[in-house]
Amino acid sequence: MDTVTLNTGDLKSQEYFLNMGPQHPATHGVLRLILTMDGEVVKNIEPDLGFIHRSIEKQCEYEGYKQIIHLTDRMDYLSAHINNEAVALAIEQALEIEVPERVKVIRTIMGELTRIASHLLWWGVMGMDVGALTTFMYAFRDREMINDIMEETCGARLTMSYSTPGGVMFDLHPNFVKRVKEFIPHLRSVIPKYDELLTGNVIFQKRMKGIGILSYEDAISHGASGPVARGSGVSCDRRKIAPYSALDKVDFKEIIYTEGDNLARYNVRMKEMLESLNIIEQLIDNIPDDGIQAKTKALIKLPKGEFLQRVETARGDLGVYIVSDGKKNPYRVKFRSPGFSNLNALIEMGKGHLIADVVAIMSTLDFVVPDIDR
Amino acid sequence: MILTNTTNYFAQLIDYLFEQMGLGGQILGYVIVAAIYLTFFAVAGLLLVYVERRVAAFFQLRLGPNRVGPWGLLQTIADALKLLAKEITGTERKDKLLYHAAYFLVIPAALIGLSVIPFSNGVQAYDLNIGVFFISAVSSVGVLGILFGGWGSNNKYSLIGGMRSGLQMISYELSAGLAILTIILMAGSLQMSEIINQQKDLWFIVKGHIPALIAFVIFVIAGTAESNRTPFDLPEGEAELGAGFHSEYSGMGFAYFFLAEFINMFIISAVAVTLFFGGWLAPFGITDSLPWQPLWGAVWFFVKVSGMIFLLMWFRWTFPRLRIDQLLTLEWKYLLPVGLLNIVLMAILVYYNIIL
Amino acid sequence: MSYIGNILGGIKTLLTGMKVTGGYFFPSVIGRKYTITRQYPDEPAIVADRFKGEVVMWHNENNEHRCTGCQACEIACPNGSIEIIWDRVLNEETGKKVKVIDQHIYHLGMCTMCNLCIQACPTNAIMWSTNFHNSTYDRSQLTKVLNKPGSKLMAGVEE
Repeated sequence: MDTVTLNTGDLKSQEYFLNMGPQHPATHGVLRLILTMDGEVVKNIEPDLGFIHRSIEKQCEYEGYKQIIHLTDRMDYLSAHINNEAVALAIEQALEIEVPERVKVIRTIMGELTRIASHLLWWGVMGMDVGALTTFMYAFRDREMINDIMEETCGARLTMSYSTPGGVMFDLHPNFVKRVKEFIPHLRSVIPKYDELLTGNVIFQKRMKGIGILSYEDAISHGASGPVARGSGVSCDRRKIAPYSALDKVDFKEIIYTEGDNLARYNVRMKEMLESLNIIEQLIDNIPDDGIQAKTKALIKLPKGEFLQRVETARGDLGVYIVSDGKKNPYRVKFRSPGFSNLNALIEMGKGHLIADVVAIMSTLDFVVPDIDR
Repeated sequence: MILTNTTNYFAQLIDYLFEQMGLGGQILGYVIVAAIYLTFFAVAGLLLVYVERRVAAFFQLRLGPNRVGPWGLLQTIADALKLLAKEITGTERKDKLLYHAAYFLVIPAALIGLSVIPFSNGVQAYDLNIGVFFISAVSSVGVLGILFGGWGSNNKYSLIGGMRSGLQMISYELSAGLAILTIILMAGSLQMSEIINQQKDLWFIVKGHIPALIAFVIFVIAGTAESNRTPFDLPEGEAELGAGFHSEYSGMGFAYFFLAEFINMFIISAVAVTLFFGGWLAPFGITDSLPWQPLWGAVWFFVKVSGMIFLLMWFRWTFPRLRIDQLLTLEWKYLLPVGLLNIVLMAILVYYNIIL
Repeated sequence: MSYIGNILGGIKTLLTGMKVTGGYFFPSVIGRKYTITRQYPDEPAIVADRFKGEVVMWHNENNEHRCTGCQACEIACPNGSIEIIWDRVLNEETGKKVKVIDQHIYHLGMCTMCNLCIQACPTNAIMWSTNFHNSTYDRSQLTKVLNKPGSKLMAGVEE
């Protein structure tokens, strides 16, 4: 039998490049992805960084240790307090000072509030990225309550600069405990509504389930951390592995899902918010009262050596690595940012998916571009 | 009895002018009718934009436009003026003919569709005997404008948006057509006024019970898809494509696309109301004994259409967007088979006269 | 059967979602019950007492401030937002030369509100104001002189 050959003439399918970003609504900042596309299918992803590089690490070499902290606000601005805490902990570790119990508890509560705020913002934006525009305002309504609490105590809503080496900047506002206690039941009551609105939605489930699978091995080999790795079954919560501040005194679960797809990462974050509420609830009732500042010198000089402090930000494992030569400013500072490694995992996850899926995957990775590109 | 009164006021006007002034009068009549429809088009478009923003705001715990004019009513007019004053920009090496033809295709497609919709008893530009079919046909022309805009813009995002739009419109046209056919089986006519007259005792959604209800659901889904609204706003897909096919339009070019989209939404709602909810008929005939019948008809028509539009807006501000393959799966694996079965079911019901 | 089950289950989840948004919509329309935005110029903004708006220098009613010109804030500032122009003036009573500020210059445009200057100040001369109306038409207007013209050091602060 003759085989029929389709004469396509000069018609050929052709791969093309699509520049996603630096100005694109889905990249949440100035990230540029060079997509190799075949029709709507993404064949390859090449992230291009450097659009918001402010050389924070280099700036740190010219600043005193107290002054480094306000720069870390500007890295991962959504978990600004946890960044501050990381630097403060690293310096305290180097100076071998014991901070008061009150400071530890305050830092932990603030850190968990920041984590909730960050996850709430992520949830709102996640909805926007898959087309449900209303989630954004609902999430912001609840995030605003945390921002108000922060404003009352720290004097700023986003870039708090609240931790200092050896303590915290201000004491808690008298209203703090009351407002946090109001917030906890409020969030507990709205999260089921979030689930009804978005999580349970059949369209959303179809968009999330089985998309962007990151295997256990890939998660480890790409150095993914935080909710991204925990969605792939990797136990990597620094709060569990090496508890810092008051985290050794509280009882909480590490949320781990093993599917490794978008929905797993989504669920990890949703459950983490509730777990953070548990942590706050355990600490809020008895905040010790032994001062907010350990004795430090006015001009901090670190002893010669190398110091590493790792904390769990809302995005994952943040490492602060300080090399000191005994002077008043560090010899070298390196921040190991979680977003950078998580972005790396996107290359693996996005291949072979449609462009809309790549947007959804990026959303579940929860980028903060200034964190990727310091 | 008002229902037997099939006078068309627009036709009467043109006839009257023809008698008075001859051919010139007839042309004048056409121009007047066209002017009325253009005015309606602009006013309804602007009002719908305002309503959409306001409704969205209330869904999202905001207030929406409330500064310009009473309750912010003049906001959209101010926006339109701003768009008029804007510089027309575009990409280099765009296909000039297609790029500029695009919005001249979208607007007439929407406008022609409007012409066969009965706003009230006798208030209809042209009572075509294939009215419903005509609307389906004309609304397909609109997709050409979107395709032209997507292709002519010389932008990959626009191109993807345009192609998605073509895919979507062609697919969902089928389901919308099947849903309409289901009702036509019951009505036995394609004429809009006749369809409404058939519903004087009972609306078709009640008369046709199960199959009519299924047809309504299918029609609403397909209609949402045809008017490019969330959850089917893939041609725009703002998170993925920026603004999709109208990324590269500015000023009034952009506004035309925007207006056409809202008028399409109005047309979809109006067709749904005509087919399923008795058009301008008062529910249970409660206003039939009152004077000013055509006015009451218009009131009921707009009340029903507002309800439909609100439903579409409710969808838009609640649901996430589908992916392109899911969009096609929904159409070809769910809506189309269900629609076909539904027609068979309706045919059986009509044949054995089991409709209410 | 799972085909029909899929459809019905899907529609149910969609309706649940619509219930949530509708639950916010209708009370918002009727009584603005859930509306959370503030109509800012009409309604005053709520600003916390500690809000770090800009650095100001406290003056008493005699136009006296507490700044001795020790430059602790200038040193503490991470990005050089504060510059102090000072001079040594002969104090006629004691016959000693005393440091006196001429201008305490504050670049609001560069300030990151990190609180280090205020923490460093030994005499509590500078403090936060909650003013947040900081936008100007010209960047040069963001450079402010904190001590008022003709002001001088409050007596007794030196000790």
